[in-house]
Amino acid sequence: MTFDWHVMIPVLWLALGQTFQMIGMALVLTIVVGLPVGVLLVTTDRGGIFEAPFGSRRFGAGLHAVLGFVVNVGRSLPFIILMVALIPFTRLVVGTSIGPVAAVVPLTVAAIPFFARLVEIALREVDGGLIEAAKSLGATRGTIVWKVLVPEARPGIVLGLSTSVISLLNYSAMAGIIGGGGIGDIAFRYGYQRFDTAYLITTIVLLVVIVQLIQSIGSAVARRLSHR
Amino acid sequence: MITITNLQKSYPRANSRGSDVHALRGIDLHVEEGEIFGVVGASGAGKSTLIRCVNLLERPTAGTITVAGQNLTQLSDGELRTARQGIGMIFQHFNLLSSRTVRENVQFGLEIMGLKKAEREARVTEILELVGLSDRASAYPSELSGGQKQRVGIARALAGNPKVLLSDEATSSLDPQTTDSILQLLKDLNRKLGLTILLITHEMEVVKKICDSAALIDDGRIVENGTVIDLLNTPKSKISHALFPLGESHGSPGHTIVEMMYAGELAERPIVATLSREFGIDVNILGAAVENVGDHRVGRMRLELPGDRASNEAPIARLRDSGLFVEVLDDVMPDASSGVVR
Ligand SMILES: Nc1ncnc2c1ncn2[C@@H]1O[C@H](COP(=O)(O)OP(=O)(O)OP(=O)(O)O)[C@@H](O)[C@H]1O
Ligand SMILES: [Mg+2]
Repeated sequence: MTFDWHVMIPVLWLALGQTFQMIGMALVLTIVVGLPVGVLLVTTDRGGIFEAPFGSRRFGAGLHAVLGFVVNVGRSLPFIILMVALIPFTRLVVGTSIGPVAAVVPLTVAAIPFFARLVEIALREVDGGLIEAAKSLGATRGTIVWKVLVPEARPGIVLGLSTSVISLLNYSAMAGIIGGGGIGDIAFRYGYQRFDTAYLITTIVLLVVIVQLIQSIGSAVARRLSHR
Repeated sequence: MITITNLQKSYPRANSRGSDVHALRGIDLHVEEGEIFGVVGASGAGKSTLIRCVNLLERPTAGTITVAGQNLTQLSDGELRTARQGIGMIFQHFNLLSSRTVRENVQFGLEIMGLKKAEREARVTEILELVGLSDRASAYPSELSGGQKQRVGIARALAGNPKVLLSDEATSSLDPQTTDSILQLLKDLNRKLGLTILLITHEMEVVKKICDSAALIDDGRIVENGTVIDLLNTPKSKISHALFPLGESHGSPGHTIVEMMYAGELAERPIVATLSREFGIDVNILGAAVENVGDHRVGRMRLELPGDRASNEAPIARLRDSGLFVEVLDDVMPDASSGVVR
């Protein structure tokens, strides 16, 4: 086993770039879709502010049931299966099923339900009294969501976000194996197929460091945001 | 200012075997402009449900709520939100946003009303001054004491200049001293701003200290209702017995028990001595209390006179002639102090 850094660093650097590209794009989409889904999961529940959207209780209950079901389906499939099953869909959206951008599709589909559930948990921690107070001041439901629920749940949401990023990192390694590139791809191709232990060890160390970093940053930000 | 007519609220049964909970069974109540009105009642009587119906946080099953001439039950969602901006509310657990500073909490209602930033800032400074919290404007609620938190709650509720303030057990999680200071603040605001306050409480002290009028709610019905002074003039009033617990005391057979209420300068006179002297009878004092109610000094006394009712017509008439409010009680007194609170 030799650590030939002159060769390894450019390879790893490229892989890291691909990994961060995949995670970054998937993360943006995950927040954009997952946060509203999490909010809807909580607010369309019984007693929530959207329990009867457009005045229809059945619509609210139906929406809640459908969202819950879809999220559970998304979460019950192992990522590797989800990824394979989504190949036709990925081709449709991106035009190819290979490469970091294509990998973003299954990553996002897997991370959205995961993040949405974490958002749900964070939002349920918000005291119902705060919603009452906002209502008593004449707040609209939109105001309640964006000025009460989300800001009050922000520390929990940030923690959920760092957990989601770590899951994305995990999934991205698997996505790498079927052509997404990135760190997982390196570990698999060099470490497993070529028995190059140097690459394997380096990627392991890299992954551990990245996860520690994400978690520390997430916890620190959450602590800063929490004034409870 | 607030008129409630035939207000009913029932909650659907929780499961197929239970029955609907009738939290309010037809409430009629009128709160005058500028008064402090207290609603008292035992746990589960329907106090919270009642006050939450006033700004329609809870939708009544039947009845109407009129606040400042506007029938709230007929408003659209948008109109109701605007109407709520004219009705402040404070809560037992304060319900402040933990992610916002004191200043930002107080601004919240003004943001909802769509005020410009400069206007909001100016109003917040003014109202924090009024509640005595100017120096804590940048603190977060978690850094404040309970009393300070409730001051923020009051400032937030009043920032938009509402005409009415609803208080849902606002002092119930505060210690007695802090309770006093918050009650004093509410009274000051009531006087200074002409604010109408409807409060619910299980603490008689609150009624005694600041209320102009009070109502007793029991099992979803109003069983007593009036100005505090009128209630005190009603010897069998449960509210006034709770305000003036004389303790449990039964007259012995062959005696007559009278209860009297006296206010102002009558409280200074030697009533019992006069009675004994003039009629040559042994008057037994079963219980007495003198206290300040709002701005009035009020006393209540329960006396036992020898002989049956008929033989005591003259002394009783004498008491009434001297301006006292006198009620002759039945032989067996119900326990006066219990049954109202908690
Ligand atoms: N959301 C609800 N669903 C079902 N029943 C309810 C609900 N809210 C209140 N009730 C019932 O209505 C009745 C009145 O409750 P309410 O909270 O108004 O009492 P309260 O006088 O405020 O009591 P406390 O002093 O204990 O706060 C109670 O029997 C209670 O169980
Ligand atoms: Mg209550």
